[in-house]
Amino acid sequence: MAIKVVERRPLTLAERTYLPQILAGLKVTWDNMVRPSVTLQYPEERPTIPKNYRGVPTLVMDPNGREKCVSCQLCEFVCPPKAIRITPGEISENATNAHVEKAPKEFEINMLRCIYCGLCQEVCPEEAIFLQNQYSLTGLTRESMVNNKVKLYELGGTLPDGHHKWDKKKEEAEKQAGGQH
Amino acid sequence: MEKLLHDLVLSPEWYFTAARGLTLILIVMTLAGYSVLLERKASAWIQGRIGPNRTMHPLIGWIPFVGTFLAKGGFIQPAADGGKFLFKEDALPGHVRKFYYVLAPIIALAPALAVLVMLPFGEFLYEGKRYAISLTQGADVGVLFMFAVSSLGVYGIALAGWSANSKFPFLGAVRGAAQLISYELAMGLSVLTVFLATSAPGQDHGLSLVAMVNAQSGAWNILTQPIAALVFLICVFAETNRHPFDMPESETDLVGGFHTEYGAFKFGIFFVAEYSHMIIGSTLFILMFLGGWHVLPWMPTVGEGWVGSLIGVATFFLKLCFFLFFFVWVRWTLPRFRYDQVMRIGWRVLLPIAVLNLLAYFAWYALRG
Repeated sequence: MAIKVVERRPLTLAERTYLPQILAGLKVTWDNMVRPSVTLQYPEERPTIPKNYRGVPTLVMDPNGREKCVSCQLCEFVCPPKAIRITPGEISENATNAHVEKAPKEFEINMLRCIYCGLCQEVCPEEAIFLQNQYSLTGLTRESMVNNKVKLYELGGTLPDGHHKWDKKKEEAEKQAGGQH
Repeated sequence: MEKLLHDLVLSPEWYFTAARGLTLILIVMTLAGYSVLLERKASAWIQGRIGPNRTMHPLIGWIPFVGTFLAKGGFIQPAADGGKFLFKEDALPGHVRKFYYVLAPIIALAPALAVLVMLPFGEFLYEGKRYAISLTQGADVGVLFMFAVSSLGVYGIALAGWSANSKFPFLGAVRGAAQLISYELAMGLSVLTVFLATSAPGQDHGLSLVAMVNAQSGAWNILTQPIAALVFLICVFAETNRHPFDMPESETDLVGGFHTEYGAFKFGIFFVAEYSHMIIGSTLFILMFLGGWHVLPWMPTVGEGWVGSLIGVATFFLKLCFFLFFFVWVRWTLPRFRYDQVMRIGWRVLLPIAVLNLLAYFAWYALRG
């Protein structure tokens, strides 16, 4: 490859006085001055949250308003800072969601430990835990920074997905039971 | 009206004199406070920010339109800052030389206020005689006094750096003193050419600033002596320790420079002194090169009588405001020079240029006869 010699010309007199450069600099700052500012007046104006933002982890319900978590505890095991603590529980026979395997009795995420990595969301086989839009979480005590189950569902809301996994399982089971007759 | 102006400016009673002096100090102190606000606002605009826009006093804040305007403009901010400086604990570090440590801010501020004595900022006619709006009617030593006394401000810096007993303030003080000495030469030489022009043979002008302004009722000195004006302007930047020449402060390499060990109200006084020096430097440039209170070149006054003098004073203050803005504008545009660059510019560029310029004007006036 041919070597290209870059010509380095000596500074002109105008450049050596430094004054044209100063004037050019003044023009740059002037242009900036007349441009509108980019400041966001934070508490009053909120930033727009981009898609797939990883905010506070929350639990979601399925379209029937049933909790999706089956307390398999995968998220608890995968969580790098060990922020999640699940107490598994049974679902009573008479409940409307008795066909679902299990449900957590208590589900706690310690937000003082959470590192917002999103591994819990990735690992969840039931699509029950999601990192959503909330980015500003504060509390006055250490206890208030631990989100319990009620708080997590309050933050999470309902996920309108079309899987209806447990409904389909129930239908299938009933069909099979009917075929045996 | 002319009578009233005359009485206000010239009454010999002591309380009138005291009131005039206090008014002038009050104006300059307020102006210094608001140039801090200007500094913060302009730097914010240049960097795409908004600047102080929330400070508000509850007694004024409720007024519908004015309140929001004052808050958005940050107009209460200087008062809040000053109040903070006033009520903070005035700590006296254990390792300083106490007497000189306390003395330094006073010595920094006093010269800046003392030169106000000579400062004319307008003119009026009374019974066929012209009077300057000034504390001392533009005494003949005006310029000399202003140069001599305003340079004393560096003693405040030197004393602060030395008495703080700490290496960074000391370095800052040494730099400040060296810089002042270097640039004072070029500054004086560039001013000499202006004296040559205004005190040319056959003209009845001394070293009075009023006479100097009146000599510019035609062409301003910046038009007839652009090189001297440029050298003087650069020197003013260097002498007031403003960017890009703020060697004594130089917070990237000297922590806080000469006032590293200062806090609370003593630091506030240094701050006010710095901005007062800026104001004095600007007024000197305006009086000597920018036509003082003359509205435009070849257009000394607009309006007759007291209206004309009021417009003159307003013009002077407009020019002053522009200059304060210019100081800020340059500060947020240019990076700081290295110390050896400052010395090189002072001794090897500005001084020869000033000398050559002076010689050229000597020759020009000698040949013209």
